Amino acid sequence: MVTQAYAQEAETPADDHGAEAAGAADAVHVEDGVHADPTADTHATTEAYGDAGHSDVFPPFDPATFPSQLLWLAITFGALYLLMSKLALPRIGGILDNRKTLIDTDLAAADADRQKTDAAIAAYEKALAEAKAKAQGIANETRESIQADLSAKRAAAEADLSAKVSTAEASIAKTKAEALTHVDEIAAETAQAVVGQIVGDVPADSVRAAVAKVKG
Amino acid sequence: MAGTDPIHQFVIYDIFELFTLGGDGTEGSGTTFAFTNSALFMVLTVATITLFLLLTTSGKKLVPTRAQLTSELLYEFVAGMVRSSAGTAGMKFFPLVFSLFTFIFAANMFGMVPYFFTVTSHIIVTFALSMLVFLTVIIYGFVKNGPKFLKLFVPAGVPGYILPIVTPIEVISFLSRPISLSVRLFGNILAGHITLKVFTGFAVMMIAGLGAFGWAAAILPMLMAIALTGLEFLVGAVQAYVFAVLTCMYLNDAIHPSH
Repeated sequence: MVTQAYAQEAETPADDHGAEAAGAADAVHVEDGVHADPTADTHATTEAYGDAGHSDVFPPFDPATFPSQLLWLAITFGALYLLMSKLALPRIGGILDNRKTLIDTDLAAADADRQKTDAAIAAYEKALAEAKAKAQGIANETRESIQADLSAKRAAAEADLSAKVSTAEASIAKTKAEALTHVDEIAAETAQAVVGQIVGDVPADSVRAAVAKVKG
Repeated sequence: MAGTDPIHQFVIYDIFELFTLGGDGTEGSGTTFAFTNSALFMVLTVATITLFLLLTTSGKKLVPTRAQLTSELLYEFVAGMVRSSAGTAGMKFFPLVFSLFTFIFAANMFGMVPYFFTVTSHIIVTFALSMLVFLTVIIYGFVKNGPKFLKLFVPAGVPGYILPIVTPIEVISFLSRPISLSVRLFGNILAGHITLKVFTGFAVMMIAGLGAFGWAAAILPMLMAIALTGLEFLVGAVQAYVFAVLTCMYLNDAIHPSH
């Protein structure tokens, strides 16, 4: 690897300046020869660079490598940019967007469900309150109707009783009056009988007249 | 096999040559394009990012698996970064910021594997990325705001007599953005990898040079290298984040040019 690399470097000036070709080649050989001794390596390579007569000793500042580097940087970085902008980044962005949309819809659905639950609870409580009010109304109504019924029945019973009392009183009065009309007849008959026993027969009319006289 | 040369890890070599533009047809003339070790790791970086994102999200699960969640978190992390720095109007640049962040992050992480090449350790790569951001800001700024984009250099509420001082400062700070953006990333990665290599190199040299005593002495630089490895993972992640955040802030200037 070393030899190849340095030979590459050595070739360029060798071609530019034919006279130095031998020197450059020597430099490579020198390096190869010295390689067996690592301690001398740094020294040897420095010398090799110097011997080759490069104006660009330090590889990063060697303009001979620039065209190739620029060409391949343009090719590879251009390819990277295209691959990223057309393929990789839209795909990752799509995955992230997809996930975000899904989470958002799920959250919205959960929120809607929660609101529905709240509405259902409110409706239930309202219905419960209404039912309670209704039940109370029915109880009141029933109580009132029972009370009304009760008082009506009592009134009817009382009216019935007083009517019966009055008829009874009327029949008593009638019976009494009737009884009183019979008294005269009984008295006359009794008197006729008494007088008949004592005096003999007397006409009924005179007895009656006498009773009426006594009575009157 | 790479020895202890701390610079060697940054060498770019051709895996195979592609074509040559210009030149007179002779060997070595014109501009030669090749598939290099750097290009190989750029391809690996992009392939890893793409495959990871596409495979982990292939299920499109409503309840994500761990792997899918990783991709989703990455998406939301960068999306949040763009939204907080550049607002919702900045979301049209989300693929750009996402690509920048994942590219730099993956390249830095690849760079932490021994014997792997670090794409972001080359100034031309970081500079190209920062110029991409810079030109996007300028072009979009003028297309969207027209001449009003220049208000960026004239902060509102500053008294007129201070403007001759403030405006040049604003212009210079604006023009230096691509440099600071690229050098920050390049410098951090380069310095970190050199430091790591130097400390591990110490260990190798001690063992080679000092024998049995070297094995004992090598523990110190190895401990240092272990600590630095952790630090470098952090630096790799933080630098990717810093690059992306600054991109968002610069894009915000293009979208809302008045301060």
